[in-house]
Amino acid sequence: MSSLWEYANPQKFMGLSGRMLPWTAALSSLCLTTGLIWGFFFTPDDFRQGSTVRIIYLHVPAAMMAINAWVMMLVASLVWLIRRHHVSALAAKAAAPVGLIFTLIALVTGALWGQPMWGTWWAWDPRLTSFLILTLFYFGYIALWSAIEDPDTAADLTGVLCIVGSVFAVLSRYAVNFWNQGLHQGASLSLDRQENISDVFWFPLLVCIAGFVLLFVALVLLRTRTEIRARRLSALLARERMG
Amino acid sequence: MDLEIDNLSVSRGGVTVLEGVGFRLRPGAALVLRGPNGIGKTTLLRSIAGLQPATVGEISAPPEAIAYAAHADGLKSMLTVTENLRFWAAVHGGAGVEPALQRMNLASLRDRQAANLSAGQKRRLGLARLLVTGRPVWVLDEPTVSLDAASVTLFGEVIRDHLAAGGSALIATHIDLGIPGAETLDLSPFRARPPEQGGPAGAFDAAFGGDFA
Amino acid sequence: MIALLIRDLRLAVRAGGGFGLGLAFFLLVAVLVPLGVGPEGRVLAMIAPGILWVGALLACLLSLDRIFALDFEDGSLDLLATAPIPLEGVVAVKALAHWLVTGLPLTLAAPVLAVLLNLPVSGFGWLVLSLAIGTPALSVIGAFGAALTVGLKRGGLLLSLLVLPLYVPTLIFGAEVVRRGTAGLETGTPLALLAAITLASAALLPFAAAAAIRVNLR
Repeated sequence: MSSLWEYANPQKFMGLSGRMLPWTAALSSLCLTTGLIWGFFFTPDDFRQGSTVRIIYLHVPAAMMAINAWVMMLVASLVWLIRRHHVSALAAKAAAPVGLIFTLIALVTGALWGQPMWGTWWAWDPRLTSFLILTLFYFGYIALWSAIEDPDTAADLTGVLCIVGSVFAVLSRYAVNFWNQGLHQGASLSLDRQENISDVFWFPLLVCIAGFVLLFVALVLLRTRTEIRARRLSALLARERMG
Repeated sequence: MDLEIDNLSVSRGGVTVLEGVGFRLRPGAALVLRGPNGIGKTTLLRSIAGLQPATVGEISAPPEAIAYAAHADGLKSMLTVTENLRFWAAVHGGAGVEPALQRMNLASLRDRQAANLSAGQKRRLGLARLLVTGRPVWVLDEPTVSLDAASVTLFGEVIRDHLAAGGSALIATHIDLGIPGAETLDLSPFRARPPEQGGPAGAFDAAFGGDFA
Repeated sequence: MIALLIRDLRLAVRAGGGFGLGLAFFLLVAVLVPLGVGPEGRVLAMIAPGILWVGALLACLLSLDRIFALDFEDGSLDLLATAPIPLEGVVAVKALAHWLVTGLPLTLAAPVLAVLLNLPVSGFGWLVLSLAIGTPALSVIGAFGAALTVGLKRGGLLLSLLVLPLYVPTLIFGAEVVRRGTAGLETGTPLALLAAITLASAALLPFAAAAAIRVNLR
């Protein structure tokens, strides 16, 4: 019967992802266009932060997805190491550069926001520092993938690195908190949202977050499809060489 | 201990190189593997030694019964002959190294640093390691490389003694080691067929059933 | 296992390199930093805990690729993997050997370099203590990184890229112990956390490293 694991079969995955890709891509652009236009042009200025507050429509979703992408890579790595589903390993590989770009977007928009608000482009604030460290983890992970030729060996080793790296990333987060208490405002989002931001900012932000999630899904699907094709091609070439 | 192998497939770099390999090696017997370069002798021997998993099939003997010797001897050039051998003896449970040194004609070199040994002497030291492991099944990958004729004869005698003591040996070699009763297995018939002819494709490729996605 | 420890120590002493090189590097860092920063004692005293910890960390990094690469090249790693001792034990022993020839000498030499960097005497004890507790974690984490990259031809640079982010918590807590200790503040929390990192790394990372070596040998 049909189960989620069926989509671990590369061919099934190609079929499903091929059908999903246009929809997620279209929905993502719709959400991002709506959310960003709404956020940038149809919300009032914040009483303290003025117009600069609008950068949250890029900053917050990118920062969320930077972390979620790593979590997705962790889950995919575990699935590969435990159940040996190739699609899972390739999805983890595909997600890494996307996560890295989201991390960089979060850092850059943060710097642009920090300049007017705190008077400095960069501060060794715990959140900023943690994101910088997360960038290093992404670099290491991507570098290890590209350094190893055999795809299964690379998938195994990067999987192990992802698990160990996740533990150390969480540890670093606490260490950095301990090290410096920081300037950064509290989370923009929480269940008890009355504490944080008002509805006028909240709804366009939600739309932008949805847009970023869909963008991530679309990019990962696209990149995973490419990885599957590349993997298949290299297998065919390897066999041809061996005669 | 019997080494029994049934319907074994092994792969190198994700491509299956040998399929359907099967044989049985009883105590006291020797089996010589032959086949052209690149057919997968080393891959097969590494799988039997437990260093890499076979894609299909069973290996009856546990890796703990197998002493493996490959192209690299695992010697440290900064240590003396005795120190090198004592290390492996200690790792394998502390047999004395003296008989092995005598047997492999290394006694006079015992205090020389491995860096100052000739290639053939290094090889003899590498093979002396087999004697201190105390393991019954020897899996040897081209053991006679860089040995001179006298040393080849010497090593042939060592294998004969090992077989007489109830051990067994699986050897990939192109040289006649002079072991009476040794059987020969040509690996050519076990060369893996390409997937188009019904050969194994591997988990990833099998999913495509021949289609390119 | 003891035989392996003795062999690795003997090789480290005879080959010379690893041992002295790390220490010399540590000394160089302690000499170069004041040359770059300027001779003012107050500034140096302020940055000394961080510089000494970063220096120890980089000195440790220098010799990491030798933990498994040499054994991989000469075939010993294949033979160790088929030997009757568990590969996890091999990793743990090799990390211990690495610590004995790099981490321990660095710890012992640190007070001398602390003098060069004008660290107040009240901080010397904390410096030695934090390095003694923290450097074993550097060796174990490094052994894990070395296991990941053992099959690569030029894995040295990649090894640094993989290992340095993993060193972040150890560095933060280690330097914090010295900073707080020197200022006469409470050091219990960072010290306990540093010890926790070392113990947890030593207990768990050998398994991850052994898994990585098995993958690299196949």
